[in-house]
Amino acid sequence: MSTALAGAALPRPAPGRAGRLAGKALFWGAWIGAYLAFPDYLPLFGQVAIAALFALSLDLLVGYAGVVTLGHAAFFGLGAYVAGLLAVQGWGEPLSGLLLAAAAAALLGLLTAPLVLRGGDLAGLMVTLGIAMMLYEAANKAAWLTGGADGLQGVEVWPVLGIWRFDLFGRTAYLYSLAVLALLFALARLIVASPFGLALRGIRANARRMHALGTPVRARLVAAYALSAAYASVAGALLAQTTQFVSLDVLSFQRSAEGLLMLVLGGLGRLYGGLLGAVVFVVAHHFLSEMTPQFWQFWIGAALVVLTIAGRGGVLGLLEALAARLRRGRA
Amino acid sequence: MLTVLIDGIASGMLLFVLACGLSVTLGLMNFVNLAHGAFGMAGGYVFVVLLNRQGWPFGASLLAATLAAAVLGVALERVLYRRLYGRDHLDQVLFSIGLVFMASAVVDWLMGARQQLITLPGWLSGRIELGVASIGVYRLFLILLCGAVVLALHLGLVSTRFGSRLRAAVDDAVVARGLGIPVERVFAVTFAIGSGLAGLGGALGVEVLGLDPTFPLKYMVYFLIVVAVGGANTILGPFLAALLLGVVDVAGKYYVPEVGAFVIYTAMVVLLLLRPQGLLVKGAAR
Repeated sequence: MSTALAGAALPRPAPGRAGRLAGKALFWGAWIGAYLAFPDYLPLFGQVAIAALFALSLDLLVGYAGVVTLGHAAFFGLGAYVAGLLAVQGWGEPLSGLLLAAAAAALLGLLTAPLVLRGGDLAGLMVTLGIAMMLYEAANKAAWLTGGADGLQGVEVWPVLGIWRFDLFGRTAYLYSLAVLALLFALARLIVASPFGLALRGIRANARRMHALGTPVRARLVAAYALSAAYASVAGALLAQTTQFVSLDVLSFQRSAEGLLMLVLGGLGRLYGGLLGAVVFVVAHHFLSEMTPQFWQFWIGAALVVLTIAGRGGVLGLLEALAARLRRGRA
Repeated sequence: MLTVLIDGIASGMLLFVLACGLSVTLGLMNFVNLAHGAFGMAGGYVFVVLLNRQGWPFGASLLAATLAAAVLGVALERVLYRRLYGRDHLDQVLFSIGLVFMASAVVDWLMGARQQLITLPGWLSGRIELGVASIGVYRLFLILLCGAVVLALHLGLVSTRFGSRLRAAVDDAVVARGLGIPVERVFAVTFAIGSGLAGLGGALGVEVLGLDPTFPLKYMVYFLIVVAVGGANTILGPFLAALLLGVVDVAGKYYVPEVGAFVIYTAMVVLLLLRPQGLLVKGAAR
């Protein structure tokens, strides 16, 4: 990888232990606060949590392992359809639905990773795109199974753990999504800090040297690909279970592109980056697209162009620069 | 059968004209430009507006569409694209997706989301009976015009001074610069020609491929296939790839419509897996 990614890996001025802790507490506290303060917006917040999980899955792959993909919606959509179809066919238990969706996507990831990692960067990019397009077309044409362009209807999900029913106001849906997000986020932190996570970062920085150090580069990347696929799939499954509907656009190119956008918006290669990006993106989407859809599309495009030209770091980078300036001012 | 073949060849040639600019940016300059279709779309809309609303003649509208796309290409290359040469692919991907979104939104806002239609002039409509098959005059016109473009490109690349400079710049930019070849300017001019041709293709394609604000995204995959499968060092490679793609696409839609675009995506993945050489060659040339 060339300059920009290497730049992202450079150590940043640490914003102080206490400040960082406060930031994290604020971030997670805000989710609870949002639940208590804006009960009318719970469906929107649920979308934010799901988008955050999707962005997190992309971050593991793009930000940590350095594999660029244009087709991550393939796994998101697969998860949504697996969970949705299970519920339609009469197995509406939500947690096992998530696990099965994750397993299916991990399997697809394991199968397709060798194809993606086979050629150069460019070939891989196009293979990811091609696979996502194939799945999209397959879901579109297999209307007898997936409902095609009309979407999958009649998804009936049982209460979570047999206790909490999905209610009309989206309370259960929100807390359920949030719990899954928090759990998987904690897991991702462990993974990123493990020798496996360090190996991934090493590969992104310099694959050849990692190879020389004896790291099985290919195997690590395949594992990262499958892991990221499973994460994306859980996000898709959550969407299917909480909205009780699966539309074809879970597999669309737009979704893959939006995931990448959230990532650069928040800050690539740091776990909180994807989450923050998703919050900013979904909330902005909700309020801006009410004006006109084209207006919204134009501004996403503009944001992408400006962010890439200005360099990456996103909201998180901005916050840190601000914090650093504040500290210097005080000193 | 023959009709399907001819239609396939015509749309293949059209795809080549649309995509050959991308084979330069992606294949030669190693820039992942997913926004290439936006130039085609720009050309298409200029063409439609001039032909339908201003009442310009067919040929003049075509020429204007080509020039407009080329000018747009130069402007964007100088202002934006130039900053992202040599950045990694993720940056280029995000940047060009951003451009596509902006282009689609602007076109949607200016022209509306519906399909644009044109009425062909009398000398281009109708069909000719050729033995067993009947062939649309416009398809024949496409084949002739695009064939001429292909020939001109090939001759231009092989036997002009500019062509040899371009090939030198692509083979080894550092040495070419050392020899006094203005590599940047060569690439800029090439970018302009590529965008212009995309504009021409977009204009010619209104009748065949359709034109609406989703054009750049819809055909992005097709352009990428042409470049990825064809390789980049010749005109012939992408040309054959485009022809193959056109024929497979038209035949697929004609004979097995229920499978739809699935054929194309499958073909792309399989071809990429069987023949990644075109891409590997580029990787080595960098």
